[in-house]
Amino acid sequence: MTAVAGARASSGSAAWAVAAAVPDPELPMLTLADLGVLADVEVAGDPERPSVTAWLTPTYSGCPAVAEMAADVDRRLRAAGFADVRVRLRLNPPWSTDLITAEGRRKLAEAGIAPPRPGAASAVARSGPALLSLGPTRRADAGEAGSAGAVGDGGSTGAVGSAAAPPPVTCPLCGGTDTEELSRFGSTACKALWRCRDCREPFERVKEI
Amino acid sequence: MTDDLTHAATADPAGAATDDHVYLSLTEASPEPEGEGRWAYGTGFADPLLGVDTAVPPGLDGADLAAYCLMLGDDALILAQQLIEWCTRAPELEEEVALANLGLDLLGQARQLLTRAGQADGSGRTEDDLAYWREEREFRNVRLVEAPNGDFAYSIARLLLFATARGALYEALAGHADPVLAAVAARGAKELAYHREYATAWTLRLGDGTPYSAARMQAGLDAVWPLAEELFTGHPVELRAGVDPATLREPVLRAVAAVCAEAGLTVPDARGLASVGGRAGRDGVHTEALGPLLAELQVVARAHPGATW
Repeated sequence: MTAVAGARASSGSAAWAVAAAVPDPELPMLTLADLGVLADVEVAGDPERPSVTAWLTPTYSGCPAVAEMAADVDRRLRAAGFADVRVRLRLNPPWSTDLITAEGRRKLAEAGIAPPRPGAASAVARSGPALLSLGPTRRADAGEAGSAGAVGDGGSTGAVGSAAAPPPVTCPLCGGTDTEELSRFGSTACKALWRCRDCREPFERVKEI
Repeated sequence: MTDDLTHAATADPAGAATDDHVYLSLTEASPEPEGEGRWAYGTGFADPLLGVDTAVPPGLDGADLAAYCLMLGDDALILAQQLIEWCTRAPELEEEVALANLGLDLLGQARQLLTRAGQADGSGRTEDDLAYWREEREFRNVRLVEAPNGDFAYSIARLLLFATARGALYEALAGHADPVLAAVAARGAKELAYHREYATAWTLRLGDGTPYSAARMQAGLDAVWPLAEELFTGHPVELRAGVDPATLREPVLRAVAAVCAEAGLTVPDARGLASVGGRAGRDGVHTEALGPLLAELQVVARAHPGATW
């Protein structure tokens, strides 16, 4: 496994640009680069007939879209004139919603899907079968934010304590912050169902993981 | 899915970009015979470890690693099958969606772990070979996951125990010497945290609900308890190739006890289900529940061997 540091070494290449523009099958307003799924694109060999290897990091273990993502990247690269194309999976480091780019979060909000809060997934580092901190499903103010989602916050690790509480979940439709979770599981593995108590509209939210 | 297609049609500013990808690649043939641009299980892209380095790191015993991955993979596969059985039978539509999501996570973990097992033992068996073509005695799952679903409370009690224990195990395995197992575990630990939260929320809702719901939840917990012991009983393969699950007993049971206390439930004081001459699920010695479950899981694959679509 290569370290992350070199992961985007070739991000300026034409092949990267092609692979980065492939839309996600389940969140088609995002590209694979926005989503943080495209880990690396390696161009090697004869510049006239380069061989291209694209590395994808799957989101969820059971994400059924991975096969289609791989097929899409393969097809787009071939259509762009690369004849020698390989698509590979890279499992380590695992995908996290923290890898969704700022641009990706903006596009999600525009499409009416509440984006994950930046850095929230690593702030809620899960550690050990410590006691659950059980909290309300509403996150009307930042003071109680994170309590419902935090696991492993039994005081045993301090993993959560040092991180600032993430901001409340904002309604992507009206911008209100008086929101509540209806169900943690939604139409796809990566989304939860929420409701805004200001505008009374339900909305989807990308889970922080 | 329909929602996503609707979003796709309205949300994509370019318009055209959506037309050429959402599931349309299902019907598109690969432009070149050697291309990998196909979409369907049974093609190259269905490999859950596509292009991941398959070498077993030096110092690890391939047979042990394979057996260990099989144990964890079988746990995940069988429990996934159980959770998915709740579809059309759960109390509310949201719960069906939730339980199916949990099953999907476990199925994804099972696919990677079984694939890894087939690589590590050098047999080259695929996930399908292992899931559909082994007999009952060759499955290495703990008996906890093969017990019938029972009522909703029983299924929740089982999920609470399994998710708490497996999440803790995956976290310990995230530093495993095998990079594939370590990656599956690191990914899985985050998923299991969600499973545990789900089970916890329902345990509280039922335990701290009406006297009737509390009695049902307590009965579920009491019934599942004897099966939990196997989660903490290390098989020699687990001791050699992974983490001794006995080290998880105390923190896991403490976490479960805290949920029970919050829910007003009593932690059962029951002995573990007896093994057969010292052998249990990890040795392929199962309860009578596994056979029928496997029959359902395997029937289509066995009726149409090698079928692709």
